[in-house]
Amino acid sequence: MTGWLVASVGTVGEGTYFGWDGFTIQSGNLIVIVVMIILFVLALVLPFPGGKRRK
Amino acid sequence: MSAHATPRPGTPADETDAHTWTGRARRWLLKKLPPDKLLPEDQPSYVASWSYVFGMGAIASLLWIVISGIVLGLNGPQWYHVSSLGSFVNSTHLWSVEFFFIFMVVHLWLKFWMAAWRGGRALTWITGVLSFVVSIVAAFTGYLLQTNFDSQWIAFEAKDALNAVGVGAWFNAANVGQLFTWHITLLPLAVGAVVVLHVLLVRVHGVAPPLEAAESDAQLLHNRRESTQPPGYTQPPESTESRDAVR
Amino acid sequence: MTRKSSSISWRKTDDLASRPWTGSVREYDLIKELIIGVVVVGLLVLGVSAIFGSPDEPSVSLKAWATAAPADFVATATKELAGTSDSAGYGPPYNSTPDATQKVGPVDLQSLSGVRLPVDNASDFVTAPLATLPSPPADLALWTAGTDQQRSDWAAAYSIALAAAPDNDPAKVADGDYGPVPALTGALLDMARQGSLDGVLQSGGNFYNMDYTRSLLFLGDGGYFPGLAASQHLSGDQWGVMNETGDTPGQSWLWLFSLLYQVEPFKSAPNADALVVITMLVLTALLAFLPFIPGLRSLPRKIPLHRLVWKDYYRNR
Repeated sequence: MTGWLVASVGTVGEGTYFGWDGFTIQSGNLIVIVVMIILFVLALVLPFPGGKRRK
Repeated sequence: MSAHATPRPGTPADETDAHTWTGRARRWLLKKLPPDKLLPEDQPSYVASWSYVFGMGAIASLLWIVISGIVLGLNGPQWYHVSSLGSFVNSTHLWSVEFFFIFMVVHLWLKFWMAAWRGGRALTWITGVLSFVVSIVAAFTGYLLQTNFDSQWIAFEAKDALNAVGVGAWFNAANVGQLFTWHITLLPLAVGAVVVLHVLLVRVHGVAPPLEAAESDAQLLHNRRESTQPPGYTQPPESTESRDAVR
Repeated sequence: MTRKSSSISWRKTDDLASRPWTGSVREYDLIKELIIGVVVVGLLVLGVSAIFGSPDEPSVSLKAWATAAPADFVATATKELAGTSDSAGYGPPYNSTPDATQKVGPVDLQSLSGVRLPVDNASDFVTAPLATLPSPPADLALWTAGTDQQRSDWAAAYSIALAAAPDNDPAKVADGDYGPVPALTGALLDMARQGSLDGVLQSGGNFYNMDYTRSLLFLGDGGYFPGLAASQHLSGDQWGVMNETGDTPGQSWLWLFSLLYQVEPFKSAPNADALVVITMLVLTALLAFLPFIPGLRSLPRKIPLHRLVWKDYYRNR
């Protein structure tokens, strides 16, 4: 099935999917979206280290 | 500065007497974007939030995308299938793209809630959205160039959307020759150009001030008073009276 | 005063947002931030790449298809001869099948390019490859000599018989007037199993080739290739546009594009692709021109998340 160019490559696993009622999301995509939301919230709430004031 | 007498740092001596097209262009550029605005050493006091780091995160990711992409491109399309180093470089190309989009999307969300288009910054917003759109197309062509099952299937699926709007002949998802032109030449140039324009516009206009900033804010008032103060002067703690006066 | 300062307008006026900042500043180092960003993101990229890698599911060849699903291969080749496959009825840019294009109202964007990538299914996928064999099947001459009507009758009859046969097995098909079709499709199956069809279909006798349009259309006309994609959750109706094989994140930024295919009126529309692409173009334009859209542009003032962004500033005013 595989040619010489793909000799060293195995088959990728099935993948993990979450979903209900026509809505499906792959685990990798879900993690990326959750990471974005977490970064957004952290950017808003985490205190920013105070820089030096000038002028 | 140098031995030549310059009126002010960052202002060319011939600012007023430029009469050639080139001279006028330089005068316009320096007026729009003097060096200390292009490469600033300070920022307004309100630029103090983690919200401001995501644009730079996206630019850093873009640099890694370009570096890993050059390595992949120079080794040819089959390299990453057969070499473990190639596979790793391919992984860095994929993950720097994922980080690029993560940072860019968070940046976009934050700039929306900051209404960062205010005060003549609409074009900055538009170029930002445009860089997002062009990046999506660029990433899509990258998925088509994997030369594996995923790219095979994406090419088969995507042809319908491309053909439905009449561009499938020139943007043929199954023609690897065309895709190399799109993914390695045209789209990276487009992403680069739009991102550079976006960053230059940010530097030209400066960072948008807080939505509820007012002329009477301490950060503005104190400074006006402080203009005669010696350097190193630190601000006194704000009184509650001045804050109430704003409201 | 406060009201004026919270203007949401994109316009350059004389308000605070339009003027260069004259207030207090803090130290900032652009180059240092860039270098730190490149180092931090570089470490993240190297780390995540080392841990998760990237998937590389091998591509599917015509040889693999013919070996794994011979009945599907023969049924597909028969449809190509009959002109009843998906790609044979696709319209531009592959052929000029009448009424095949996706229109939005009177607008027919699909026809814009014309037939720029012409594909003659029966000839390109079946008879022309067979003619390249060292000893082409004798039935090829019979097919060539047949009238258009005869050819489509033979192929259509064989198509129906294959569908009715147990396991769709070409060996168990009932007797009938199929002309040269069983011999041709059988010869093509052998050719594919031996691996020579892949090369012939891709390069058409040329040394160089970068265009996989024909091979891909033929693969996609069958059931085997789309079945593999469906088993990997890659089909359009499985949000497959977003998905990568395995657990690696894919193009999650295509979520809205992917979502539209799952909902009405797009889901069951015959021109779903055209509708989805045009809808996405409109929505993208709305995002780009958001600063000019009343209501939408006021959301940041009505839901004041900005008070969190600038909490230090507001605290000290």
